Amino acid sequence: MSGGERAEFKNPVVSWIDERLPVFSLMQKEYGTFPTPKNFNYFWNFGAIATVMLVLMIVTGIVLAMHYTPHADHAFGSVERIMRDVNWGWLLRYLHMNGAAFFFIAVYIHIFRGMYYGSYKKPRELLWIFGVLIFVLMMAAAFMGYVLPWSQMGGWAATVITSLFSAIPFIGEDLLHFLWGGFSVDNPTLNRFFSLHYLLPFVICAVVFLHVWALHVTGSNNPVGVEPKGKQDTLPFHPYYTAKDTFGLAVFLLFFAAVSFYTPNIFAHPAHFVEFNPMVTPPHIVPEWYFLPFYAILKAVTFDIGIPFTDVVFVSAKLGGVIAMFGAVFLLFFLPWLDNHPVKSARYRPLYKKALLLLVVAVLALGWAGAQLPEGLPVLVGQIGTAYYFAFFLIILPWLSKNEKALALPKSISAAVLEENKSKAQTTTGTAT
Amino acid sequence: MSTQNIDHNDDGETRRDFLYLTAGAFGAVGLTSFAWPFLDSMNPAADTLAMSTIEVDISPIQEGQSITVVWQGKPVFIRHRTAAEIEQARSTDLKDLRDKQVDSDRVQNEKWLVMVGICTHLGCVPLGQKITQPKGDFGGWFCPCHGSHYDTSGRIRKGPAPKNLTVPNYKFMNDTRLLIG
Repeated sequence: MSGGERAEFKNPVVSWIDERLPVFSLMQKEYGTFPTPKNFNYFWNFGAIATVMLVLMIVTGIVLAMHYTPHADHAFGSVERIMRDVNWGWLLRYLHMNGAAFFFIAVYIHIFRGMYYGSYKKPRELLWIFGVLIFVLMMAAAFMGYVLPWSQMGGWAATVITSLFSAIPFIGEDLLHFLWGGFSVDNPTLNRFFSLHYLLPFVICAVVFLHVWALHVTGSNNPVGVEPKGKQDTLPFHPYYTAKDTFGLAVFLLFFAAVSFYTPNIFAHPAHFVEFNPMVTPPHIVPEWYFLPFYAILKAVTFDIGIPFTDVVFVSAKLGGVIAMFGAVFLLFFLPWLDNHPVKSARYRPLYKKALLLLVVAVLALGWAGAQLPEGLPVLVGQIGTAYYFAFFLIILPWLSKNEKALALPKSISAAVLEENKSKAQTTTGTAT
Repeated sequence: MSTQNIDHNDDGETRRDFLYLTAGAFGAVGLTSFAWPFLDSMNPAADTLAMSTIEVDISPIQEGQSITVVWQGKPVFIRHRTAAEIEQARSTDLKDLRDKQVDSDRVQNEKWLVMVGICTHLGCVPLGQKITQPKGDFGGWFCPCHGSHYDTSGRIRKGPAPKNLTVPNYKFMNDTRLLIG
């Protein structure tokens, strides 16, 4: 944070400020001339896209909070008033509601990118950990936001998710009353959820700052997974990647706008449009789609763990499900150490690539199972998916780290790019003749 | 005086360390005790805690009918059980139960089953209070959230819930009035 090297600015005002607080030099260094690998593909857009979605969520959220009433008697009505009476209220709410979904879409693709190209590996472990932390904070913020309209779905989601803590031995019950501020999900619960829902995005901003800071210390990974060897391997961030990010963002926002304007309730459920009634549970409670895989893991543990054929139980099905669900997220923090294969990119690791794509299939299957009633086939699919999820992280990755023979790596990013262009040129001439 | 000088030269570090440690410890204790009011304020407030009891007139409930009343923000199931249900609850072998409890420990008057209607899994309200609702595989209650089945004594028989439905404190004030809480 010291002065460091400063850039030259022609504008005297800019120059005057920069001499006293070198913000312009900083921007120039980190977003102007910042050396960035020249072989990024479109998967590298999603960090920037996620950042824009975060800003959009904060901006829409701040204005929505001006019209929202965090009280059990008025919350549902105030949200309906936003939809019907507040100028542009429908737009703000639909952007906020669907913005959360698209924020998660961007972040899930961003996480997949990181896993596919080994972006979590040395020296980027801490960068990855900050990323997982952002993901966890996002889940907390999204969950509390889901509760605020005080609908049947939101209120019951709050009941089910907070009740997870009652599985903790000895202190569970007291902890639950502490979280609720009462003996059931009621007004005190709604109030604190609103307070925290407003707070968390700013905490996320702070962690995003650390995430980006760490990124700018190590530099970006790239599709080849070979670190840049010199100037010939990189491009200045501006205008190359500012342009590429803007284009990718525009395409992404096109989909976001299409959903927000034409099918704004595609992610909603009928029980969202009924006010919360603590006496009646809706026939089927589902969380938002982005939590479904983890919800399926919670439901997959239907058996007690103890000594077989006796009544001795160490871990009840309930506690087991809760441990599995939180464990599934917690495992991500340790990914850099579970997979310590020296080769980063899945392009040169055929076995890892297959195992990872199978994980994607497993997570999608879990997502499907999470949305179904807990009977029959979905339970089985959930159990198989859960088994694969944990096997991937705890067995397959450590095993592959030791035993997988990687393909030959290119000498440098430039060499890889030239090679690619050569093979492309060959195929074009091949079709021409 | 001379010893003090020696302290300063050789063991003075120790005294400084001691001061650092005690100052740090006092700081930590102070901060923690300052944090307590903030945390404790999130616990149920006095008005929420104020012991609430409710009185219920059970005379209109016919045999085979149930009603749900609200107590401390929670639904309480009151069921006037049929002879068949009582028989079923009593004849159940303890071996078949996850949370072992005989029926007579769960009722004061075998005709009346009084329970907090909150699934012990994750807090949903089980179905089975109305005639049209599913009662699960054991003729009692069925939780639609994660598929827990309760029998005619409200005991967990199948599914992820670990415990039987809770029996609150209650007493019969006379034949037709019930005091819960």
